[in-house]
Amino acid sequence: MLRPLLKLRGLSLIAFSTLALLQTPAQAELTIEITGAGANRIPLAIAEFGGDAGVARVLTSVVRSDLERSGLFKLIDTTGAAMTESTTPGYADLKNRGADALAAGSIGPSGDGRQEARYRLYDVNKQSALAGAAFVASTPMLRAAGHRIADAIYEKLVGEPGIFSTRIAYVVKSGANRYELHIADADGQNAQAALKSREPIISPTWSPDGGRLAYVSFENKKPVVYVHSLASGQRIVVANFKGSNSAPAWSPDGRKLAVVLSKDGGSQIFIVNADGSGVQRLTASSGINTEPFYAADGQSIYFTSDRGGSPQIYRTGVSGGDAQRITFDGSYNVSPRISPDGKTLAFISRRESGFRLAVMDLGSKQVQILTDSSKDESPTFAPNGRMILIATEIGGRGVLSAVSIDGRIKQRLSIPAGDVREPAWAPFTN
Amino acid sequence: MKQLIIPVLLVLLGAGCSSTPDAPEQGGAPVESRGAGVAPVTADGVSGSKLPAILTDPKSILSKRSIYFDYDKFEVRAEYKDLVTAHAKFLADNRQFKMLIQGNTDDRGSREYNLALGQKRADAIKKMLTLLGAREEQLESVSLGEEKPKNEGQNEAAWAENRRGDMLYNGEF
Repeated sequence: MLRPLLKLRGLSLIAFSTLALLQTPAQAELTIEITGAGANRIPLAIAEFGGDAGVARVLTSVVRSDLERSGLFKLIDTTGAAMTESTTPGYADLKNRGADALAAGSIGPSGDGRQEARYRLYDVNKQSALAGAAFVASTPMLRAAGHRIADAIYEKLVGEPGIFSTRIAYVVKSGANRYELHIADADGQNAQAALKSREPIISPTWSPDGGRLAYVSFENKKPVVYVHSLASGQRIVVANFKGSNSAPAWSPDGRKLAVVLSKDGGSQIFIVNADGSGVQRLTASSGINTEPFYAADGQSIYFTSDRGGSPQIYRTGVSGGDAQRITFDGSYNVSPRISPDGKTLAFISRRESGFRLAVMDLGSKQVQILTDSSKDESPTFAPNGRMILIATEIGGRGVLSAVSIDGRIKQRLSIPAGDVREPAWAPFTN
Repeated sequence: MKQLIIPVLLVLLGAGCSSTPDAPEQGGAPVESRGAGVAPVTADGVSGSKLPAILTDPKSILSKRSIYFDYDKFEVRAEYKDLVTAHAKFLADNRQFKMLIQGNTDDRGSREYNLALGQKRADAIKKMLTLLGAREEQLESVSLGEEKPKNEGQNEAAWAENRRGDMLYNGEF
């Protein structure tokens, strides 16, 4: 009996140590509105977690809203009574309510001044437990523990990792000359300003290790590429050549950046080391070559070029060579981004006088337009590849919109007092 | 059977947790590594200094610094020939002066693609200044893309104001 228990313990326990973190919350937080949901949602009951009522309510609400926001679950009403991981589920009642799965849990002191959040997930039809775990966190990290539980439930039921514990970066413009680069949890909470400037900030993009952001700042009255370490606030100038420096893109190994420089005339793609050394030119055509994005295998680079007379997406090897044209439909296809699995290209396509989010299956070359908005920009894939976050405009104001890769699920993230733009979804960090 | 084991297991886990709090089992990193602190930074920017009156006096042609472009076009229109010629002559006569040429676009489409379009406009002005006597080392052409619109409106008149190149002398940038 002991041996299997130890083995199970290893599989189901995630413990984390706690560092007291001083976080300065940004003034405005993103609010999320669900504007569309998937067709075949999994009916899931999430009981009120047991334990101290106030704390348990926060935990229950984080888990519920994460899973509901994903668009993949239909939350089944529970009786409202708290149910812990040790309560025997009333399977018959849950079945009558239409639930296929049940999550229950509790929060309580861990004995060392911290909180321990536990959950268990049940298969209602099979009347058996599917998964369970305990998470130890300090009280300020309670929401993070909730995201971990939501990730675990999501992964068990959907079969792919959840993104509720990941972060996003975006730029907020408030007033004529106030620009802030924010980092927030994927649900828009805990927003913190990483950079405040009186000049524009564009094109933030996360290093593959999730610790740094590369971006373009205009604080010196011209575009300059920086790499910013988030924990220390230390910034290094990666490209500040004569002319414009822009459009940074990390190589998948995090060692190099593709950037666009105008130092030799026109806008050309160069590859530099992440510390700014070793500049090498990649593209040679006249006209515009910009918006580089590395393929998932790091061997080729997708980019936007007007070499054929209109802006279209091309691909070239990382050591140069002939570029292959990728998009053909329409006269304006820009901002290529490759999904984490390397199979899908997201881009912005001008259709019927609107700029819309499109995806191309790179195997079949089939293109699908996912939105009916008119000012979509700057797509960024969630690290599990399930959603694409874009900037768009509603009522003349910049908002972010998360769209599932089948276009069915849509969420809107906005800040009441400002324009939100230039989203970048952080990678998984462990 | 499984159903019976797990409740017992969780109780054991609770005890296990406090005795070995930093055991990173199942590859589970601390929550804090994902929600790591963000140290805020303020970008200071740059400030200008005094220019000679000839560059700022409204009666002087050199006080005019903007060149407007047609939609999707990058050629300096004939009406700006005198203006560009005057600035080229000033730069030729005053080699200690440097100029930053900022290209701009309207806000339709991709920010980075617009940055490249603005660069084309700034490069066109720079080329003309060079042909008319300014030296390459006095000039830098950059793009602000759609980021610094003169007119925030969403109509043809506003867009026309934003398709623009601006000439700035040292001290102004």
